[in-house]
Amino acid sequence: MALFNLQINGRSYRADVDPDTPLLWVLRDNLGLVGTKYGCGIAQCGACTVHLNGEATRACVLPVSAVGKSKVTTIEGLSATGTHPVQQAWDKIDVPQCGYCQAGQIMTAAALLKHNPKPSTAEIDTAMTGNICRCGTYHRIREAVKVAAASTGSASTKSK
Amino acid sequence: MQTLPNASRRNFLKLAATAGGGLLLGFNWTETEGAVVATDATAVNAAVPGVGFNSYLSINPQGVITILSPNPEVGQGIKTAFPIIVAEELDADWRKVVVEQAPLDTKKFERQVAGGSGSIPHSWTRLRQAGATARQMLIGAAAKRWNVPAAECTTASGSVIHTGSNRKLTYGELATEAAQLPVPTDVKLKDQKDFKIIGQTIKNVDNPGIITGKPLFGLDFYREGMLFAMIQRPAFGYTLKSVNDTTIKAMPGIVDVVTFDNNVAVVGKSTWQVKKAKDALKIDWTKTDATESTDDHNRLFKELLDKPDATVRRKDGDVDAAFKSAAKVVTAEYQCPFLPHTPMEPMNFFAHVRPDGVELVGPTQTPELARNETAKLLGIPPEKVSVQLTRMGGGFGRRLKADYVIEAVQVSKRVNAPVKLIWTREDDMTGGSYRPAVRYRFQAALDAQGNMIGYKLRGASINAGNSTREDNFPAGAVDNLLIDSVDHKSAITTGPWRAPITNFLAFAEQSFLDEVAQAAGKDAVQFRLDLLEKAKAKPAGAVKYDVDRMVGVIKLAVEKSGWGTKKGVDGNAVSQGFSVYFSHRSYVAQVGEVVVKKGKPVVQKMYAVADCGVVINQSGARQQVTGCIVDGIGHAMYGNITFKDGVPEQTNFNTYRLIRLNEIPDVEVHFVDNGMDPTGLGEPALPPAGAAVANAIFKATGKRVRNQPFAEDEAFKSVS
Repeated sequence: MALFNLQINGRSYRADVDPDTPLLWVLRDNLGLVGTKYGCGIAQCGACTVHLNGEATRACVLPVSAVGKSKVTTIEGLSATGTHPVQQAWDKIDVPQCGYCQAGQIMTAAALLKHNPKPSTAEIDTAMTGNICRCGTYHRIREAVKVAAASTGSASTKSK
Repeated sequence: MQTLPNASRRNFLKLAATAGGGLLLGFNWTETEGAVVATDATAVNAAVPGVGFNSYLSINPQGVITILSPNPEVGQGIKTAFPIIVAEELDADWRKVVVEQAPLDTKKFERQVAGGSGSIPHSWTRLRQAGATARQMLIGAAAKRWNVPAAECTTASGSVIHTGSNRKLTYGELATEAAQLPVPTDVKLKDQKDFKIIGQTIKNVDNPGIITGKPLFGLDFYREGMLFAMIQRPAFGYTLKSVNDTTIKAMPGIVDVVTFDNNVAVVGKSTWQVKKAKDALKIDWTKTDATESTDDHNRLFKELLDKPDATVRRKDGDVDAAFKSAAKVVTAEYQCPFLPHTPMEPMNFFAHVRPDGVELVGPTQTPELARNETAKLLGIPPEKVSVQLTRMGGGFGRRLKADYVIEAVQVSKRVNAPVKLIWTREDDMTGGSYRPAVRYRFQAALDAQGNMIGYKLRGASINAGNSTREDNFPAGAVDNLLIDSVDHKSAITTGPWRAPITNFLAFAEQSFLDEVAQAAGKDAVQFRLDLLEKAKAKPAGAVKYDVDRMVGVIKLAVEKSGWGTKKGVDGNAVSQGFSVYFSHRSYVAQVGEVVVKKGKPVVQKMYAVADCGVVINQSGARQQVTGCIVDGIGHAMYGNITFKDGVPEQTNFNTYRLIRLNEIPDVEVHFVDNGMDPTGLGEPALPPAGAAVANAIFKATGKRVRNQPFAEDEAFKSVS
């Protein structure tokens, strides 16, 4: 066990865990941030996607010892109350069925739009293809990314 | 959304908790939302306790209506659909509705199951009556207060109105008095034309929690002091000999290693420590005679198809005579592999076995089964077992079984502590229970005019029981028909998988009917319509589907898809394939469109027409149909689990392929608006999808795909 200081969602957290523990399980078991989901454990499904210094990263294969001073953002930190344009678009288009994969989908989409605010359909497809949705909500995911892209810039801090 | 003041939030949570609706966390729980609310004002106002009218609803003085949704939410949208029905008959303001998940209580709610697309048909009338009864009581209270006849009062959007005197009282103002009135036994339900909420586009009530990462799911449940457990199960046909438990127990964070029923359970203080210890297990298994490989099954299918004695499921007319007199006989075989369910949330459950009873929390499609099996295992009355339902990260039939609940109980009992059992993705894919593997042999006898005068279907299956649905179309439309089945008992465990049996049978049957139509020289749609006309005019034996409703979806699909009139797009010819199926009380027709690009068939669009009676929620219903099509095409194209000596060869998403976003066709969904009582939609749009695609591929390429997954079918590979 070792003590790690982590910068998550603009706050400092301390976790006393085995150094090889994936960030996913530190978030969930130690810090109570359970919005980040376990789906496969081998970076194949995207359910565990978080942002590491703004980049979409699979938390299930990232040892906590490798996080260092990087700034971590989880679904809980994307916005305080669901006001991020991607979250708003997800609600507006009514994307979720079971909802389990959607935090990862939202984090991947938010990272995409940060780097590419007006992605083409092909670019959306490429970026979102690493995230599995077993319920098959892909059509609405694609649509919601477009809606979020259309609102980004003017609405990024707007509340409902 | 605004943030709730902390005090209100806590009260709100306490309320939700006492109602049994909330997900209680061991820590951090003040940041959770126990129930889902429509608006922020409603969220604040919901903190005030309400008065109950019946099992389903209560109303508080602020006019907030809390509706309990009793059935498990697995992504089928029932937690949104049920309250819509109650709110409609109550004439509620949907923005003032709070939805809570009810705990298991079959005395109040009867059927608390998510399966068989049966929730809506079972509860449609019950839910309407619950809303209408409360509405009548609210009218009664208003009439009494105003001293006017109840018949002069009407309701709208959460208020009772007396038009004559221009007076109005909100449900909140009336609730306390109304709840004390005698409960009316004969209430009038609304005329469908007066529906204001049913049939609208209404968002998933759990969206606010889902998009902000709230702990809604079973795996998100934590309790102070609970232990974590994972289990190594034997491969199929093996028994436990020995395990290096002393070494494992010495690993960091590991509390115990226990064994039961050939399983080895590792119990510890964190998920990751338990996972590492599980990976370090060295287990000696004993191989028994029961181990099987996929190659064995392929051989076995041929034996079963030729077996002289089979279980006859339906027999009409004289099949032998029909085939003897036939001008043409068409024969084809279709095969599908085992499939895991792979819901995104793997199996998990919380169990705490205490001297005074058992507490269960987690994702299950059958909470009553979980309770009863737990009671049976421990030899205690079922009343001693409580079950709290969490939202489920998918199920697809896997959570109809209680095996993983019982495992959690077994472990909690042995370590005498609260335990959350977690399956890894590898456990999920290798631990059963699979969609059974099946091979069908179809035979059709045509007369000189191309009429189908004889039809034979033999189902050969592994742990499927009856692999046929003997009363489904075309039964009733063919004078001479024989449907039988043979099942092989295997050590490989199987179970219901979304649209059990029909998830593959529909593909096989609807593809075969295309083969027969072609042999008869008829259009695929006209061939089906001719059969249906025969089933209506001169039925052969019992007809257990509604011919008119099936014809209805076929005709609307023809119209919407422009069947037979499609020209090329961008220089590529568009080829259409047709499929129609009745399952789980709903009728669905689909047309697939394939374009050959660079020599490869590409599914570019799917049309779906569904007849599920009244559509409760346009958004949810379209989601189900679209999701079923994506699911159906994805598994038809890629899904495959193979075995070597009882060991599954695919273990995670790197070797087991699921459809992804860049592989979906456009989907256009239509509903038949016939005002009939609603039926379920969690499954019925899946079965027809595979054949709509395969029939379009045949039209585009001349290659007939008869095996799933298509991606590994020789005919498909020859053109892709």
